[in-house]
Amino acid sequence: MDIKVLGTGCTKCKNLEKATREAVAELGVEATVTKVEDMLKIMEFGVMTTPALVVDGKVVSKGTLLKVDEIKKLLTQQ
Amino acid sequence: MIQKVIAINKSNNAWVLPLLMLPIWVLIYWNLQPMADFLTESVFNLQSGSHLTESIRFLIFEVPKVLLLLVLIIYFVGIVRTYFSPEKTRRLLEGKSLFTGNILASLLGIVTPFCSCSAIPLFLGFVEAGIPIGVTFSFLIAAPMVNEVALVLLVGLFGIKVALIYVVTGLLVAILSGWLIGMFKLEKYVADWVFQVKSGQGDSEEEKITFTDRIHSGYKAVKEIVGKIWIYIVLGVAVGAGAHGYVPEDFMGALLGDQNWYSVPLAILIGVPMYSNAAGIIPIVSVLMEKGVSLGTALAFMMSVIALSLPEIIILKKVLKWQLIAIFVSIVALGIVMVGFIFNYLM
Repeated sequence: MDIKVLGTGCTKCKNLEKATREAVAELGVEATVTKVEDMLKIMEFGVMTTPALVVDGKVVSKGTLLKVDEIKKLLTQQ
Repeated sequence: MIQKVIAINKSNNAWVLPLLMLPIWVLIYWNLQPMADFLTESVFNLQSGSHLTESIRFLIFEVPKVLLLLVLIIYFVGIVRTYFSPEKTRRLLEGKSLFTGNILASLLGIVTPFCSCSAIPLFLGFVEAGIPIGVTFSFLIAAPMVNEVALVLLVGLFGIKVALIYVVTGLLVAILSGWLIGMFKLEKYVADWVFQVKSGQGDSEEEKITFTDRIHSGYKAVKEIVGKIWIYIVLGVAVGAGAHGYVPEDFMGALLGDQNWYSVPLAILIGVPMYSNAAGIIPIVSVLMEKGVSLGTALAFMMSVIALSLPEIIILKKVLKWQLIAIFVSIVALGIVMVGFIFNYLM
């Protein structure tokens, strides 16, 4: 699974990255988590509110700091 | 059959709890004064009439009052906001003529979920959709300035009249500033790379939101916003309560009263470098007004602190050249000066 966290330096974005890594670890799935900070790249996903979560190229959440449980749910749905 | 009924209840009963809470809320709200009196006089056993007693009474009454109002309003706004999104707002603004666009953008700024940390992607998203920068600015000015937290604090600490004046003049500043920026055709001062932005997926599809989710968003908003700002309110009202009894009335009147023409520009000069949200600044301003600062000056100060701030300018620097930032700050500051003057001299 290819997971991207879109967001610049704000606290919410950093926390989402942390929560995502935690969710991945708890699920024990094979996944790479990368943080995308380049605004041009973020815009390529058509996202206007950060932080956003992208799983395998698809935007699954935007504008909210998800909890670990919510991320786990999103990841298992994919 | 019975099972079916239970299933329906289960999915639609999210509104029951809030509805049950409402009478409790009303009951507490209308009995705050007697409760504050009871606590100060009977529990703390303080002598009525002394400065200390009145300060404590003020604190015990104001803090729960403002917090109760905040919880109620943020809850409802949290639900209302689920009907709006930056994507929808962008679609609504596309192809609107300049002035109509400015009015619509300012109004949408109130209800669209917005966080200043998302200002850049939002700006890029709007520009990419071909929305004129003037209209985009109207949104960016109104969104942080006119919001539910400011509204609640103004109603709670100043009364409904001042709250309405703030909202209406704030919207006017946003509409007119954006319109002026649009008239000047300043697109050339937007950083060049902004126009190269291509969003690959276009509008990502809207998720289906159930009614239960919307109700839940209300809870989430209360938890997030009240959890973040309650401390500012307690501190702000505490400073107010302290000053309530001790600092002489008219203390600030000589400097920032309506007799001095320079009080409004001075308030703005102090206000711009200050960075605070509505929750931190409004309780302080309520003290200033009590000590002789005139309404126009107080409004100008609040607006300049909330609408114009150095951190925001630094964020915008990524997408705007300095000329446009300078024009943006001057136009908004000028609008705020006008608001200050109008209320100092005409009211």
